[in-house]
Amino acid sequence: MKIASVVNGKRQEMEVADNTLLLDWLRNELGLTGTKQSCEVQVCGVCTVLIDGVPVSGCTTLAVEARDSDVTTIEGLRGTDFYKRAEGVFMRHSAVQCGFCSPGFILTVYTLVNAGRKLSQNEIKEALNGNLCRCTGYKSIIEAAVEVIGAELARKI
Amino acid sequence: MSALTIVERDTSAGRGAVGTSHDRIDGPIKLSGQALYVGDLEIPGMLYAKVFRSPIAHGRITLLDVSAAEAMEGVVAVLVGSDLTDIDPFYGHAIRDRPIVALDRVRFIGEPIAAVAAKTMAQAEAAAKQIVVEFDELQVAANLDAALAVDAPIIHDGQTAAGFAHGLGKMPDREGNICYSYALNTGDMSAASTLNEIVIDHEYIFPAVYQYSMETHAVIAEHTGTEIRLWANCQHPFLVQSEIATLFNLPISSVRINVQFLGGGFGSKSYTKMEPLAAALARKAKKPVRVVNEVSEAMVTSRRHNMKCRMVTTAKSTGELVSRDVKIWLDTGAYADNGPRVTATAGDAAAGPYRWQATQVRAHCVYTNTGPSGSYRAFGATHLQWVGESQIDEVARCAGLDPLEMRRRNLLRRGEVVRVKGKPLDADLIGDIEKVAAALGWGEERKPNRGRGISVGLLAAGAHPVSMATVRMDAAAGVSVMVGSTEMGQGTRTVMAQIAAQVLTVPMSKISVPGTDTSFTPYDRSTGASRSTTVAGKAVERAALVVRASLFETAGQVFGISDISKLFLENETVTDGKQSMTFSQIITKRFGFAGGELVGHGEVKPESGSGSYEEGPVFWEVCIAGAEVEVDRNTGVVTIVRTSSVADVGRAINPAQVERQDEGATLQGIGNAMFEEMLYSSDGDLMNDSLLEYRIPTMLDMPESMKCIIVENEDGPGPFGSKGCGEGALAAIPAAIVNALGDIGIDMYELPLTPERVWKRIQQIQQTK
Ligand code: FES
Ligand code: FES
Repeated sequence: MKIASVVNGKRQEMEVADNTLLLDWLRNELGLTGTKQSCEVQVCGVCTVLIDGVPVSGCTTLAVEARDSDVTTIEGLRGTDFYKRAEGVFMRHSAVQCGFCSPGFILTVYTLVNAGRKLSQNEIKEALNGNLCRCTGYKSIIEAAVEVIGAELARKI
Repeated sequence: MSALTIVERDTSAGRGAVGTSHDRIDGPIKLSGQALYVGDLEIPGMLYAKVFRSPIAHGRITLLDVSAAEAMEGVVAVLVGSDLTDIDPFYGHAIRDRPIVALDRVRFIGEPIAAVAAKTMAQAEAAAKQIVVEFDELQVAANLDAALAVDAPIIHDGQTAAGFAHGLGKMPDREGNICYSYALNTGDMSAASTLNEIVIDHEYIFPAVYQYSMETHAVIAEHTGTEIRLWANCQHPFLVQSEIATLFNLPISSVRINVQFLGGGFGSKSYTKMEPLAAALARKAKKPVRVVNEVSEAMVTSRRHNMKCRMVTTAKSTGELVSRDVKIWLDTGAYADNGPRVTATAGDAAAGPYRWQATQVRAHCVYTNTGPSGSYRAFGATHLQWVGESQIDEVARCAGLDPLEMRRRNLLRRGEVVRVKGKPLDADLIGDIEKVAAALGWGEERKPNRGRGISVGLLAAGAHPVSMATVRMDAAAGVSVMVGSTEMGQGTRTVMAQIAAQVLTVPMSKISVPGTDTSFTPYDRSTGASRSTTVAGKAVERAALVVRASLFETAGQVFGISDISKLFLENETVTDGKQSMTFSQIITKRFGFAGGELVGHGEVKPESGSGSYEEGPVFWEVCIAGAEVEVDRNTGVVTIVRTSSVADVGRAINPAQVERQDEGATLQGIGNAMFEEMLYSSDGDLMNDSLLEYRIPTMLDMPESMKCIIVENEDGPGPFGSKGCGEGALAAIPAAIVNALGDIGIDMYELPLTPERVWKRIQQIQQTK
């Protein structure tokens, strides 16, 4: 099937097989390797991308489901002011180790910021529960996430 | 409480790199998704592989027909055992028991039988489905009891062939399915038995656990006929290089391995994993081939050994320890992998760091028809510490002693013998355990159904101490550090940069630490056993000192000073206090033009003896933690309220990274203790082979508080008095949790501590009351 979508602000028209996963399409066809693959069963969150601002797992989403939509991956977020600020906070908390989970966490935090609602630390934990990290022990990530979300919401007010 | 040495931070201008929580140098490219892992690489002409794996646990292959697969669209090659007749296809660094693909027999479900290389992954997968195989099934021994039974099927026959890098002396012959045994005796057991007043005797079970590095095993291989190139996510590239060279009859230098970033390792990527298969398939396809494991495949590529243990600890009624007798059986799966070493390390950890009249340890490494077990962070120690430490607490309860007091009385002190012939104790364990207990609020009153536990152990760390490093300073005083430590999340590149920055007074921003390319990076034995900072870091320090010596040499000539001890470095200059020259000026002066570079080589080798396991370790890694838990007696649900751990690191090169290591190890310890368990059926089928069924800790499993206490006694053999960390907390946390349950009367002899298991135990205890 031929699909047209906007990926990270760039229009892409391409023939894709009906059973091509969004993750494979992004990584193999478009070379967007910042999105990772791990569990393949929608548990770990390393394949998180946004379709029209909504986070999805690229490993369990078909490429055709992204037709006529706006797709955002970490590569699309990278140049934004939000990203630069978030990166600074994650670095300060040393909330990155092997880095395999990191883009997924940044994208999930980004959607929480966009939702615009003030969240308690526990709500943030619940929201990030779909992103696994085997390296950090999560402490530094939750601290960074709380700080990013707090600061971004404060900016919006 | 012992006094903690106050470490003077070296804050002279341009220094202070060591001891500072410098930002990770690879942080920004990782957060932004620009860091490359093997699976992100595209090598021109690269094919995609699908491994065809055994559906049965034990059998002889009677028919293997790949003709239909070979005829499928896009298929370039299908590798089978009969392609390997021109080489000796067995590998294994400890025991060479594993063929690249099954030859005539399969020994576990998931064992590679064939591999398809095709132009696309979809084509490779479709072709693999067309492979036909038939078996004569053999009796299956899918667990320790079955493999140790008198009528057990023998999983490996013929002579045991020792591998090239086990470091365990003479590899003994197999006894049935036992492929390796380790024994340790001290004192006189029968004399000691006359002193026994307290006897604690139980059997313990530790489950098989999956390391789950989020990035699975991945390798791209290319075989040009005279050279093999690998892009592999291996922790020990130089050991893999040597093993691949032997397998394919090539000089070591004709095998070239590039290591990118690793998405975690934790031991799962130690030693040789998918590299031989990828290289053999590439050899047949005559094209580069990519092999990437799915999680279900990674789970049968490496895991933590499940264990059965019988331990008897005896003591006088005062709580003075007398003897310990330990029997250990570790399930290494169908191939030995690192099992012999795990077995020896478990044996070493069994006695615990206590003063005994006598000890007797027998540890056995056992083949079964399951996926191979290898290394997983803090192996051996994680297996034994909870067993030994829970018996120490039981003794304390019998003797009416507080667990902390029990340890004060019995723990070894610095300089005492830990293991005959080996390195004496090089840490202050009592000081450390006091700190962990204090962080837990040890003396404070406990809420109902809340228990507190502490645990202490030692882990033989450092592996074989051979590492090299090269430090290069370019004409603009930029520095690159070539060192073979694999960056798998632990932060080794940042630490190596800090060590070079400290010696050379160069800012961190001017230092790069590239990934390993065995063609350019000097030899490093391995990345594991908490050795990188201590051993490879020492090589970096030495290499940087050679560069410094070159700077002094030229500056001394210019200054007209022959005694270079009058010179020192400061902010990228050499000075004698009166005159000074920048590094760039010195390099220009030395070579007569604005080019050239200073190159320093550093080497670490055993300082005495052979560096063997027996004489080691490089240092004893301290494994100390505490936990407070709350139990719901109606449901058996245990909640970890708080944890504390000690990172006794000599000197923290990067304190934040040390804390992150302990936090990560703590969560893994919680997973190992509380719910992680690979479940094998009696016919050898791994039943929970996906992250849907095999659960690892999530954010919701974090304790309310995790405290890591860094202890800096500057007593390590590494640069600036450092010693490694990162494994200790994983060994110590399960033990602390088990002891916290023991504290409220729930002694547990089997992990993980699932609600069902805990609830049943509570019922049992109530009934026997
Ligand atoms: S790979 Fe998609 S959620 Fe894990
Ligand atoms: S940093 Fe390694 S998985 Fe999160």
